Amino acid sequence: MALLILQRLLSTIPVLLVVAVTVFLMLRISGDPAAVLAGDTATNAQIDAVRATFGLDRPIWEQFLTWVGKVLQGDLGESLFTGQPVSLLIAQRVEPTAMLALTTILFSVAVAVPMGVIAAWRADTWVDRAVMVFAVLGFSVPVFVLGYALILGFSINLRWLPVQGYVSLLEDPIGFLRHIILPTLTLSFIYVALIARITRASVMETLGEDYIRTARAKGQIERRVLFRHALRNAAVPILTVIGLGVALLIGGVVVTESVFNIPGLGRLVVDAILRRDYPIIQGLILFFAAIYVGLNLMIDIAYTVLDPRIRY
Amino acid sequence: MIRTTTNRRQLLGGAAAAAGLAALPRGARAASGGTLKVIPHASLTILDPVATTGYIVRNHGYLVYDTLFAQDANLEVQPQMASGVEISPDGLTYRIGLRDGLSWHDGSPVTAEDCALSLIRWGQVDGMGQRLFSYVESCTHDGTDTIVLKLSRPYGLVLQSIGKLSTNVPFMMPKRFAEYPTSQRIGADEVIGSGPFTFNAAEFRPGARVVYERNPNYVPRSEPASNAAGGKVAHLDSVEWINFPDPNTQLNALMTGEVDYWEQVPADLAPIVAGTRGVKVQNFNPLGNMGMARFNSLQGASANPGVRRAITRALNQTDLLLAAVGSPEFGEPCFSVFPCGTTYANAAGSDFIAEPDLEDAKKILAESGYDGERFVVLATTDIPVQTNYIQVVVDTMQRLGINVEAQAMDWATVLQRRASKNAIDDGGWNMFVTWWEGADLLNPVVQFALAANGDGAWVGWADDPQIEAMRTEFAEAQGVDAQKAIAERIQARFFEQNYHALLGQFFVPTGFRDNVSGILEAPPFFWNIQKT
Repeated sequence: MALLILQRLLSTIPVLLVVAVTVFLMLRISGDPAAVLAGDTATNAQIDAVRATFGLDRPIWEQFLTWVGKVLQGDLGESLFTGQPVSLLIAQRVEPTAMLALTTILFSVAVAVPMGVIAAWRADTWVDRAVMVFAVLGFSVPVFVLGYALILGFSINLRWLPVQGYVSLLEDPIGFLRHIILPTLTLSFIYVALIARITRASVMETLGEDYIRTARAKGQIERRVLFRHALRNAAVPILTVIGLGVALLIGGVVVTESVFNIPGLGRLVVDAILRRDYPIIQGLILFFAAIYVGLNLMIDIAYTVLDPRIRY
Repeated sequence: MIRTTTNRRQLLGGAAAAAGLAALPRGARAASGGTLKVIPHASLTILDPVATTGYIVRNHGYLVYDTLFAQDANLEVQPQMASGVEISPDGLTYRIGLRDGLSWHDGSPVTAEDCALSLIRWGQVDGMGQRLFSYVESCTHDGTDTIVLKLSRPYGLVLQSIGKLSTNVPFMMPKRFAEYPTSQRIGADEVIGSGPFTFNAAEFRPGARVVYERNPNYVPRSEPASNAAGGKVAHLDSVEWINFPDPNTQLNALMTGEVDYWEQVPADLAPIVAGTRGVKVQNFNPLGNMGMARFNSLQGASANPGVRRAITRALNQTDLLLAAVGSPEFGEPCFSVFPCGTTYANAAGSDFIAEPDLEDAKKILAESGYDGERFVVLATTDIPVQTNYIQVVVDTMQRLGINVEAQAMDWATVLQRRASKNAIDDGGWNMFVTWWEGADLLNPVVQFALAANGDGAWVGWADDPQIEAMRTEFAEAQGVDAQKAIAERIQARFFEQNYHALLGQFFVPTGFRDNVSGILEAPPFFWNIQKT
């Protein structure tokens, strides 16, 4: 196992290097931020001065080596606009995104796995069809539509929950819950649909296996058959979807963050792209890439725990 | 048209009440005033108001920093940090005294040396400042409380320059920051001013949240608050800027009272905001904004004055404004290069745009020798007002017979592309659309869009020695009447050449909860505001 982890960690180096080179070059192709930094009324001389100040007029390879040299020392650079370290900016924004991803996955799993198991157990009944209708709905309704509908219902009409914002769990747990409920429900909709469908398909497949028939023949109660024998053996694809879901959530919550005005990583990266704030974009993409690689590693390790037959 | 401008008398009434409060002892003013939660028009990322011309940085500057002079609601220059000014009989020496009791947010006293250095730094960057400093022999200090400005020859706009209302505003900073080269920006831990609010660096979340707290040591002037001038009495404990990426969420937050003040309500949402109980909508910027279609005077068809004149002749401001802001309530045609209703607004040379005529424009185009050359418009897609303007501009040019190519891109790319002087086939451009706040266009010197000194001018690089000579003449003229006459000649010459086309004057209202009062005219100022 230790060897596996070491190998996988070493394999992240070329992945991150490819990501770094690609992002760096693509950003340079899209132009530089000197004109944005200089402001609307800047003359060309002022824009050139800004370009020189930030080293944007140096050859690309030189800029790249400088950046990589800093990254290898753990320094992601500084925002061209605020002058603040990129690592600080990421640290300031990681909590809202991480908490939203966590609550979404916890809620989605808590709701979707039982839904999927029951749908598989009661395949071709109204229960199964209701779950499938919900799943189709979950895939079809855009996140922002659902978000606005929930805001209209729970915030504008009922005044039960706030429209927007984020409160840290450590600062105010009640405030955190009040602010996180609607974004979690909004974002969970599609994940509940996705996980429920995968769970249903996977459990249905295992329910047809010989060992399930054997378990039933031994007189095991149906709940035990479903959750101990069927679900455990169906867990690998479900876990894969959940793991990928977490990874997608970390980098893909920008719409939900915008609708509910949550100051997370999604908005940080979009704002940086709109301004061409290179160091932030580069730092965040590397961060996201590392998260993806790390999560995939954790999923692979979890496979071996759930299914002892899997060996690397 | 119905313009939702603030009643100036009402405002001054409120300001007078504020002035009464300003006269109270410091302890009495420190009563709790709550937090004003504000949706600003943009994200604050750059914190140095000298480093950029962004309006959001100017607004930040007004909270944290103070100015020697400032313009009141009648656009008259009044002393602010200055106790007064002595001008020598030959008009070459200005001795500006500082008020007693001024201090920086770190507790150290404001000195004349700090202020002289702040003026020098600003004068290296700002267009009006650069022009002022081309007349300045020395900018020094006499003791700790007198700034001494010596000119090489008389200049008529010294105080108007130092008391400039809009970007770049000559804000005063401590010596250690005023000595920064202009290429070095002030960082988040270095925002030390002497203004009515302090910047909370620990709470600064660029793109998300900015917090300002009342400066307990600020000594306001005794006069009523009036625009940027008068007593800057901070009634609020703190002002919190919260950035929202989505206008619908902005609307919802104002409706539920989660925010108190929405700086710029989009015209299409204004009726909804106005119809919400507990919320008001009002325009606090009577100068408004002026839409412009800027031509590249160096390259391609737009380098041909006849083509520029034909396009300008064809554009209909009424149609443009209707597209841009959606409601006649928020737009008004204006056929002067200076904002309508202000001192130098005039009608010289504007007949040909006041009544647009497509057929006549076609004749002008034919006479210009235009041969169907590709005409590249940098078409902004992420700023609704600009996007809407561009639709009408492009349609008009197509009907005129111009071979238009509208290249869609975000504003950051427009800023990048428009800096290029390349030929059209080599990434160059012919036109982009933007707007300026009226406060930046008040006279021929402050209006950078009128500069016509080639490389030193705004992008588009108008090169017109006649206009430049008249701008200098304006700067050196004494008396408003003489200045008005020169402004008319400048405008007449401008309309012969049309370095940009005017797209009308529009107004962006502010939405606020009905428990908020004392809002002054724009740019948004946060002193004098009370929240009950």
